[in-house]
Amino acid sequence: MTSLSDPAYLVEPQARPAPPRLRPRLRDVFFGDLLAASLTVAMLGVILLALPPFLNWALIDAAWTVAEGQDCAQVGACWAFVAAKARLILFGLYPPSEHWRPMVVIAFFLLLTLASMPPRAWGRGLALAWTLGIAAILLLMRGGALGLSYVPTMHWGGLPVTLLLATLSLAFAFPLALALAVGRQSRLPVARYLSIGVIEIIRGTPLLSLLFVASILLPMFLPAGWSPDKLVRALVALTVFSTAYLAEVIRGGLQDIPPGQVEASRALGVSSIATLRHIVIPQALRKVIPPLTNTLIVMVKNTSLVFVVGLFDLLSSGRSALTDPAWPTPFVETYLFIGGLYFVICFSISLYARWLEGYLGRARIR
Amino acid sequence: MTQAIRLENVAKWYGTFQVLTDIDLTVAKGERVVICGPSGSGKSTMIRCINRLEEHQEGRITVMGTELTRDLKRIDLVRREVGMVFQQFNLFPHMSVLDNCTFAQMRARGRSRKEAEEVAMTHLARVRIADQARKFPAQLSGGQQQRVAIARALCMDPRVMLFDEPTSALDPEMIKEVLDAMTTLADEGMTMLVVTHEMGFARHCADRVVFMDAGRIVETAPPQDFFDAPATERAAKFLNQIVH
Repeated sequence: MTSLSDPAYLVEPQARPAPPRLRPRLRDVFFGDLLAASLTVAMLGVILLALPPFLNWALIDAAWTVAEGQDCAQVGACWAFVAAKARLILFGLYPPSEHWRPMVVIAFFLLLTLASMPPRAWGRGLALAWTLGIAAILLLMRGGALGLSYVPTMHWGGLPVTLLLATLSLAFAFPLALALAVGRQSRLPVARYLSIGVIEIIRGTPLLSLLFVASILLPMFLPAGWSPDKLVRALVALTVFSTAYLAEVIRGGLQDIPPGQVEASRALGVSSIATLRHIVIPQALRKVIPPLTNTLIVMVKNTSLVFVVGLFDLLSSGRSALTDPAWPTPFVETYLFIGGLYFVICFSISLYARWLEGYLGRARIR
Repeated sequence: MTQAIRLENVAKWYGTFQVLTDIDLTVAKGERVVICGPSGSGKSTMIRCINRLEEHQEGRITVMGTELTRDLKRIDLVRREVGMVFQQFNLFPHMSVLDNCTFAQMRARGRSRKEAEEVAMTHLARVRIADQARKFPAQLSGGQQQRVAIARALCMDPRVMLFDEPTSALDPEMIKEVLDAMTTLADEGMTMLVVTHEMGFARHCADRVVFMDAGRIVETAPPQDFFDAPATERAAKFLNQIVH
């Protein structure tokens, strides 16, 4: 037995064991205990069973190029179809001679997104850039000016439609959601109950029915002959739907701000609006980056539901490509291709959010 | 007018529970008043009424000649004159020390960033923390954070400073640096109301000690008299409990 009074404890300071390895060995990770070992074996089993047939189908037996569509009717994947129809899937019914326009639009989106990533760039300049950028994108897609031929929205399709719907609906929804979230926290009963009512009604309604309501009822509410474009109607439904979900996420962050923060700001003589804008909301948004990311990703994927009102987003362009009688109907290949595109978009959002959280959290949050 | 703060017959309830009863207190300009008493005696509530973080329901509160009512202009006017330091510091964690000090100057006083930063650095130097101006609150010790909070309040050129248990959330070794900053302020003639259990500070800096219990002011006396010969039994009992 060693105790503090034991001289052996005092004279042998070198006898300490080596510090434990900080990085666990691979063997410990995969076979450290019974649970880890059985999980490893189970995973290996699944991979060994599923991977070879999948690789056979996707790579070895696959048809990469074919002379004509029907040659594709074989056991392997028909990637030739995806290659042949890529433009149709990506751009929908947009006139093929004008495909450079949606391509430029996609490049524009990429540029704007990249420029918005560093928090230092956030500000009025960026908001202006997005406004001008979206205006340019709409002009480019629609044409009818600057010598561009006119393309009605019913011929728009594919990735540009998906990107436009996702970006615009979230951009419009965000400020509305902020207002609703703040309203729900308000001490004024009218503002509070109105906000709660709006949020709960929208949250309790499926997006599909909102899309139908927007596309059928919206024209009836508006003055005769003032029938908004299909794209606009879908955009309204998506915006309304996102608003309710974003509002609830933001409310979670608002509730997390200690009352002392508001008191300190008010005691310094700062108005309640400025306190909300500069003290409460920035801290609240930082706290809800993970659930906000989640909602964002869900909303990007939700745009695929606009097919029910006859819009050709990425997913419905893919479905229409599958109706070509000259080809077999390789559903799986097409959906894998489209799924891959969605994955790239959503995983990028997820990676960016993780980076942003670390960047903003670096020393600033208590 | 030498009166800085005047409370007359102030009363306040939380629901049906009366937290303040019949409070009468006049604080002269340049006077330092320490408020003590057992927890739940209404000390914090009383000083929070002085800058309207809490609303009183009866009586009159007059600060630098302005009576506090529901009128928002009056509340703004009073908050211009009164600075406050909190137990939990309440620094803004998403802003640097410097931004903590310039934010309200720019938003509520309309000062330019340059001007606000100059003022901020002056006051940060005054509490001897100017070298930390670019750091974020989370990177500072509790004592440093509380000194920043004092500097932040001073940047608004207050004529009255309220301290709500400024050292209660601090580790013992950091209490002195905060009390030193407060003592400097007291020596410069600032009107101060301090809720604290730091009896050493009360003895050396206070002109008067106000003892509260159960929402009432029980005793008001110069520190010497209060500590050596409390007039009421409740004060004597309280002092006995906190001075070991």
